[in-house]
Amino acid sequence: MNKILHAFKAAFPFTLPICAAFLFLGSAYGFYVVSKGFPPIVPILISIFVFAGSMQFVMVPMMVSPFDPFAAFYMTLLVNSRHFFYGLTMLDRYKNMGLKKLYMIFALCDETFAVNVGTNIPEDVDKGWFYTFVSLLNQSYWVIGTTFGAFLGSQISINTKGLDFVLVCLFLVIFVGQWQGTDNHKPALTGLGLSLLSLLAFGPKYFIPPAMVMMIAVFVWSYYKGGGNKCQ
Amino acid sequence: MPMTWSEIILAIAVVMAGTMLTRFLSFIVFREQNALMDYLSTLLPAAAMAMLVVYSFKDVNVFTGSHGIPEAIAGLLCVLLQIFFKNVLLSMAAGTVCYMYLVQYLFV
Repeated sequence: MNKILHAFKAAFPFTLPICAAFLFLGSAYGFYVVSKGFPPIVPILISIFVFAGSMQFVMVPMMVSPFDPFAAFYMTLLVNSRHFFYGLTMLDRYKNMGLKKLYMIFALCDETFAVNVGTNIPEDVDKGWFYTFVSLLNQSYWVIGTTFGAFLGSQISINTKGLDFVLVCLFLVIFVGQWQGTDNHKPALTGLGLSLLSLLAFGPKYFIPPAMVMMIAVFVWSYYKGGGNKCQ
Repeated sequence: MPMTWSEIILAIAVVMAGTMLTRFLSFIVFREQNALMDYLSTLLPAAAMAMLVVYSFKDVNVFTGSHGIPEAIAGLLCVLLQIFFKNVLLSMAAGTVCYMYLVQYLFV
């Protein structure tokens, strides 16, 4: 029990910026869905079971026109394809975690991935519980925000425009932290270069799958070229 | 309500299934550990974070609207503060407040 509490205390501070962003974005989402004529329970259920921010927004217009499950499924794969990469990256870290692992994978959103991949967890903290609490806290903020917005959305009037930039800052800070933690910048530069290249070539909607394929191709190529020493 | 309850449940189930497929696929396909996977796992964290950074700027259009100037200024401020002071909360708060100020007052 102490081990669990200790991991919770270690994880909580890392989730605070996400708390701010998710309470705000979640309530915007809850309000948005309710404004389309759905009862408050609908966005709340979606935030619990789907838990994929951008896709949750994308699926709303699909739910107000005649619903096409095949188009929705295809769209989901496209919008969420980057999660495949997060899974690939976390294979090792999420190993031997027992049942917690199922929830950790279920809740592997951008923000949880960023914190769990970018944090050097102290030696005395249980990694499995740390990852679990980051995942669980982040989803809780999202669901609480959704609930808040679904019931009270129409009464929020503070100007929060631009607050979602806190998530971009989170990603930047973690990226810088990773960069400073190593002398080998080839993986980061490869990821940056190929993602930008793909974005220019394929546009914002389609660039993730080609970017992932190119990155894996380059890394596998460097591996077989005996670049194990070169790239590391 | 724009949909019946059975349609709502179908919609949630379909999007949930798609999302879970993208999240679980790696763990299902790559169960065996080998030297190549070990090698990849040393490179992917940095590469995947780089992709996420690009992803979070993907909808910035340098040709229209505010030309991505608020994103560039606030993003740069956040990165520079992080490099020089290594204080996560300072970098994130300054970047976000700067961005909110820019989009609410200067680039309306």
